[in-house]
Amino acid sequence: MVSMEFILITGRTIEQGKFKEHAKTTEKYKGNVAICEMHADDMYRLGVKDGDNVKVTTELGSVVVKVRKSKRIRTPGMVFIPFGPWVNSILPSETEGSGMPHLKGFKVKIEPTSEPVPDIKDLLLKTYGVKK
Amino acid sequence: MQVLSGVLCPFCGCCCDDIEVVIKDNTIIDVRNACALGASKFMGYSVHRNTKPLIRKNGELVETTLDEAIRRCAEILAEASYPLLYGWSNTSCEATKVGLELAEEVGGVIDNTTTVCHGPAILAIQDVGIPSCTLGQIRHRADLVIYWGCNPWCAHPRHLERYTSLSEGRFQRAAWKRYLSRLILESARKRRYRAAGRVIKGGAAALPAEEEKRWMLPPPEERKLVVVDVQRTRTADLADIFIRVEPGGDYDVLQALRALIRDEELDVDSVAGVPVEKLEELADIMVNCRFGILFFGLGLTMSVGKSRNVEAAIKLTRDLNMYTKFLIMPMRGHFNVTGANIVSTWQTGYPYAVDFSHGYPRYNPGETSAIDILSRGDADAALVVASDPVSSFPRRAVEHLVKIPFAVIDPCLTPTALMADVVIPSAFVGIEAEGTAYRMDHVPLPLKKVVEPPEGILSDEEILRRILREVRRIKGKSQARKN
Repeated sequence: MVSMEFILITGRTIEQGKFKEHAKTTEKYKGNVAICEMHADDMYRLGVKDGDNVKVTTELGSVVVKVRKSKRIRTPGMVFIPFGPWVNSILPSETEGSGMPHLKGFKVKIEPTSEPVPDIKDLLLKTYGVKK
Repeated sequence: MQVLSGVLCPFCGCCCDDIEVVIKDNTIIDVRNACALGASKFMGYSVHRNTKPLIRKNGELVETTLDEAIRRCAEILAEASYPLLYGWSNTSCEATKVGLELAEEVGGVIDNTTTVCHGPAILAIQDVGIPSCTLGQIRHRADLVIYWGCNPWCAHPRHLERYTSLSEGRFQRAAWKRYLSRLILESARKRRYRAAGRVIKGGAAALPAEEEKRWMLPPPEERKLVVVDVQRTRTADLADIFIRVEPGGDYDVLQALRALIRDEELDVDSVAGVPVEKLEELADIMVNCRFGILFFGLGLTMSVGKSRNVEAAIKLTRDLNMYTKFLIMPMRGHFNVTGANIVSTWQTGYPYAVDFSHGYPRYNPGETSAIDILSRGDADAALVVASDPVSSFPRRAVEHLVKIPFAVIDPCLTPTALMADVVIPSAFVGIEAEGTAYRMDHVPLPLKKVVEPPEGILSDEEILRRILREVRRIKGKSQARKN
């Protein structure tokens, strides 16, 4: 299976913003946040199409999200995932004494996968276990 | 049917105060003047609402009474030795004030969402100061607007329309017509390229590079919009000048601009992927404007360098003031994150990450900030107010948060509430409860109550007051037992 390294940028999108305050458990939120925007050339090299699932991996773990062809990323090698629980579940917590974790511009590995994108409850269960 | 005008939007730091809300039978049926984000909140706030206090029993969240939920929450806080009280940016200043009193009472740490957005900006401001102003001044006078590492089109959709390039100022004209005609030209050009791409191999692929080489500057007397970012955002589509920086290259570009405005020469061809000629041209535009403003976002605070990036941006602004008037402002996210900083500062002397465990306020971001406390595993209980750290915190911090007992006060069943031990539903501040919010330029504005909350639902302020009373009662009892 092809696995490629990318620079990950996280950020806001208007679709993510519309559901972030009152509708985080809905399918609409998942559909707009559990996505990875990618340059068309990278999608070709990785062998994925718009709407396919990919596994994004850091040293802390991995998460499955849907690929979306980006209209905004003009340079191959960079991917964008909107702020949300999916991407945060693989981000490092080190703040280097600043109080602020490093949430933009770090390396991730991406590979195609047939695993499904978890919904919010499954994601919490898989990542953090059952609350007792 | 009743139409309420002059309602403040409780969504982002723009705090638009021209919203009209149409109400029928205590239900919002329409909202006018709001952006997509504000409208989605006003129209959808009641759809996914939680109105029942919940408490965790045998691993399941079960319904309980409000009194029981408040009592359990107070017990969690009173029994803890180092509790974390987190959130505060999506509620009123009045609630934050009670939260600070509660943090002092339980000897815990109180931190707001600044810690994961503009915390580094505050550190930089404390180091070098900030030349800033109100958004009204910018609307009427700014002839050069720079958005650096932020995308207001998505995060603050009415920022351009109300305060900068697309607003009609007293001394500056709105640039609507220019942008519209440019968009029409651009789409025509793209159509031509697409047609060429079908005939000539590689024709369409050549478009992006060509597109970014073009700087279509307006006449000198007209307001200019510059966007600096790592990707061509929707805001960048509106810009007169778009500069794409390599990820993590903001500090280099800011320092290069500082050198250029001092007429120093750079011995390189490009800085962080930006050709030096472009930077020279931008430096020239900055020096020759009459009133410039630099808005910066999380592109600076979350990338490598963090507070040093912001420090470089503020120093660039300071240097520019040797030639012209130039100001700088952070693009604050939540509608009252500025208020949370202000209230915390006037009560404790510090804007966020305030530690009361010694009996007096201490402030040391990196040590007393929420992410660090949770990642180190120091906190032994937590109270989350109007926030969703399970969604917004990185993994290790959340892993510890879900292990410790914690309570959530929120109008919705967020991912954080799903993992909590106690969930207390509250009224939506700015829709079902009134209060005060601070706009991103530190202007205080009143939040209105436009509809009544569901029966039995209290405001954050009232819930916190009850928890505080209960904590004092529990502590008084244990003190009496000791005596």
